[in-house]
Amino acid sequence: MTNINLRKFLSENKIVALLIVVCMIWALFGYLTYNTDTGMSGFLTARNFSNLLRQMAITGILAAAMVFVIVAGEIDLSVGSLLGLLGGIAAILDAVYGWPLAGTISFVLLAGAALGLMNGWLTAYLGIPSFIVTLGGQLAFRGAVLGLTGGITIAPVSPSLRYIGQGYLPGWLGNGCAIVLFLLLFFMAFRTRRKRLQHNLSVPTPVMEVARLIGIGILILGFVLVLNSYQGIPVPVLVLLFVLGIFTIIAKGTVFGRYIYAVGSNAEATRLSGVNTNLVKMVVFGLMGLMAALAGLTTTARLAAGTPSAGFGGELDAIASCFIGGTSMRGGVGSVIGALVGALIMASLDNGMSMLGVDTFWQQIIKGIILVIAVYLDIISSGVKRL
Amino acid sequence: MSEFLLEMKNISKSFSGVKALDGIHLKVRRGECVGLCGENGAGKSTLMKVLSAVYPYGSWEGEILWEGQELKASSIRETEKAGIAIIHQELMMVPHLSVAENIFLGSEISNHGFLDYDAMNARAQELLAKLNVHDINPALPVLNYSGGKQQLIEIAKALNKDAKLLILDEPTSALTATEIRTLLDLIKGLKAGGLACVYISHKLEEVAEISDTVTVIRDGTHIGTRPIGELTTASIVTMMVGREMKNLYPKEDHAIGEVVLEARNVSCWDVTNPERKVVDDVSFQIRKGEILGIAGLVGAGRTELVSTLFGAYSGNHKGSVHLDGREITIRSPRDAVKAGICMVPEDRKRSGILPIIGVGHNMTISVLNRFAAFGLIDEHEELAQIQGEILRLKIKTADPMLPIASLSGGNQQKAVLSKMMLPDPRILILDEPTRGVDVGAKYEIYKLIFALAKAGVAVLMVSSELTEVLGISDRVLVIGEGRLRGDFVNDNLTQEHVLAAALGQPTHRT
Repeated sequence: MTNINLRKFLSENKIVALLIVVCMIWALFGYLTYNTDTGMSGFLTARNFSNLLRQMAITGILAAAMVFVIVAGEIDLSVGSLLGLLGGIAAILDAVYGWPLAGTISFVLLAGAALGLMNGWLTAYLGIPSFIVTLGGQLAFRGAVLGLTGGITIAPVSPSLRYIGQGYLPGWLGNGCAIVLFLLLFFMAFRTRRKRLQHNLSVPTPVMEVARLIGIGILILGFVLVLNSYQGIPVPVLVLLFVLGIFTIIAKGTVFGRYIYAVGSNAEATRLSGVNTNLVKMVVFGLMGLMAALAGLTTTARLAAGTPSAGFGGELDAIASCFIGGTSMRGGVGSVIGALVGALIMASLDNGMSMLGVDTFWQQIIKGIILVIAVYLDIISSGVKRL
Repeated sequence: MSEFLLEMKNISKSFSGVKALDGIHLKVRRGECVGLCGENGAGKSTLMKVLSAVYPYGSWEGEILWEGQELKASSIRETEKAGIAIIHQELMMVPHLSVAENIFLGSEISNHGFLDYDAMNARAQELLAKLNVHDINPALPVLNYSGGKQQLIEIAKALNKDAKLLILDEPTSALTATEIRTLLDLIKGLKAGGLACVYISHKLEEVAEISDTVTVIRDGTHIGTRPIGELTTASIVTMMVGREMKNLYPKEDHAIGEVVLEARNVSCWDVTNPERKVVDDVSFQIRKGEILGIAGLVGAGRTELVSTLFGAYSGNHKGSVHLDGREITIRSPRDAVKAGICMVPEDRKRSGILPIIGVGHNMTISVLNRFAAFGLIDEHEELAQIQGEILRLKIKTADPMLPIASLSGGNQQKAVLSKMMLPDPRILILDEPTRGVDVGAKYEIYKLIFALAKAGVAVLMVSSELTEVLGISDRVLVIGEGRLRGDFVNDNLTQEHVLAAALGQPTHRT
């Protein structure tokens, strides 16, 4: 009986199950990288934690938007190339033409959104399957970046652009952000409670509520303290957290978000309910393009250069993160936070195995196996049998 | 040898602690047809899944005797081998494979690993001839044939497997009247040849016609098994619902006002076959507070007609729609909902529900903007409205956030109705609103329809159940072969009149 209850709890709170997996992976690497001379574990240090988060930021930004694409019942195979193209454009504008940072960022974001919308238009309005449209995009965008850069690395980019990828938030600002975030959550919990009472809906007991808030507070505090004990919150991680917040709000709280899940659950029924399903799909691809642009800027900033091969295979990492994070291949189900934890799992594996000096080919094999196992665990834990 | 071909004794089955079946008995003799009746959710399908080993031996309690021997099957393959064939409500055909390939799917005739098409086609022809079917070409893809013909192909497939017991689950829900006739006659013929069958249907007239005994279950319990001679359709209904249904149609007076919607010269062409006209120059009017029934045989073009009004028809169409005397353009369901026209589509599963989304969120999908400021939904206000609707429509769900697919058909339909009532439409189109819905939920849906009419909504209802059309409509349109063949005030109108008009026979009414 407890077994069934545990299973039920985990299938309803997938995120808890995923976090347990993260802890297990960290514990394993922590054990394997333990150094008896220093009495420290190479994996479990503030410095490595900071690196790990920075490594996952780019995949995480892509995965956040990819969740929407997959939930809407589509796929986007072009984002890796699109990231490369937009990152290349950012490098050229910055390094060759010397555009101001604001100009570069706005242009790249706009271009990303436009190319994403184009993918969406071809899929939704012309009815070309997104697999085909974006497979074409994968080839075309990669070709475009090769043409634009002439196949060579564009460097050096300006320090202000580099800050986006390599900078850290000063400690006081990180603390400030944490306090603002906590106050925001506190205020929202309070408001939800009042609203629910106003509509005669059930509310959790005050003790539960306070316990939940304290738990979240400790998590935020721990996160900031660990990062501050190294160099502060890395800027790309801040960007990722910001994306996580916005996309979660879109998914859970907005009309548009509801439409995305509805379209993925049954597009025909959604259309017959008076929803403009084509527009919903097109905008989802637009958001994906926007996030590819953000990831492209971050990549260029982190490498301090535009390289023609940037983002190669990025779409597959993003898609794998979504699936590990519980997004359903058949659409209609998936969460942004789940995909980000999926990205964290992938990044942890990369980071830990590199630290142990595992050969790259083994790393790929292991990641592939983990992906399949993760999705299998998701299938059995959610109790959905596929005949 | 046992007297019975099949004896199911004291069958019980639970799903995570909830009893779906509790001590059901079912006995079938050779050459006998047993009608299995019960409301949706009563446990008929679960019982048949136990029998056909979709739920393998051991996952349920009780005993199944097959030809006197205990049957302990763990897969459908084993029960099929024993001679139990089940024909599901939704046909399980591979549309692009040929008739013969479908019949022999899983039991192909082969020669050293190569398919022997000649043998399969010849054998398929033979099987179909046994069913007195001569106009099906076994070499053509199944998609060339109508639902009724596909049903016959399914039966041929069952015969090929030497079925001794044929289970038919709602076999006529998508068939035309002539196809139903053919099927019923065929089953009678097969019975005479010694085949036993279990016939599951909401259409009690059919059950009464071909069954020898009827077993009724309700809420997973066994209510009774009696020979058909002792029963009437009314007494079966009583057993099914557990109370006497004195009045199936809760008619209420409602005032009828001026014309709200007028359709002029609507024509539609088939989606897959653009040469064929499916709706041919139909014009009609509907008034405020009026319930207008659209009767006709399946395939007469009724769904195409109403989908065109709602902007949901994907084929070519022409004609004009006038709202309050002004012509309006409706290009999409979105335009229609904005103009105050809503539609509950015919196929609930395919175009009505968002299966994995919560019941509540299914209901509000059309009116989300009502709860939103700057695109952000006020979930609490939304939830309050959802709970109000759940109470008003008596939707049975443990939690408003439960995925709608986990509810029974009747409750799903109520939620879909709610979705299309929340935008406060002036014209509500209902396409087969009670298909696959049990008697109790039907009654409540009718009550809702009358309440809408009372509130001044013009209700346009397409239905294949003539008793239903006559039971609740103020006026009846009859469509036959795409043309408007009658427009009758529902006053002493009989089923014969409507059917005659639908078939294009002269009627004596004006």
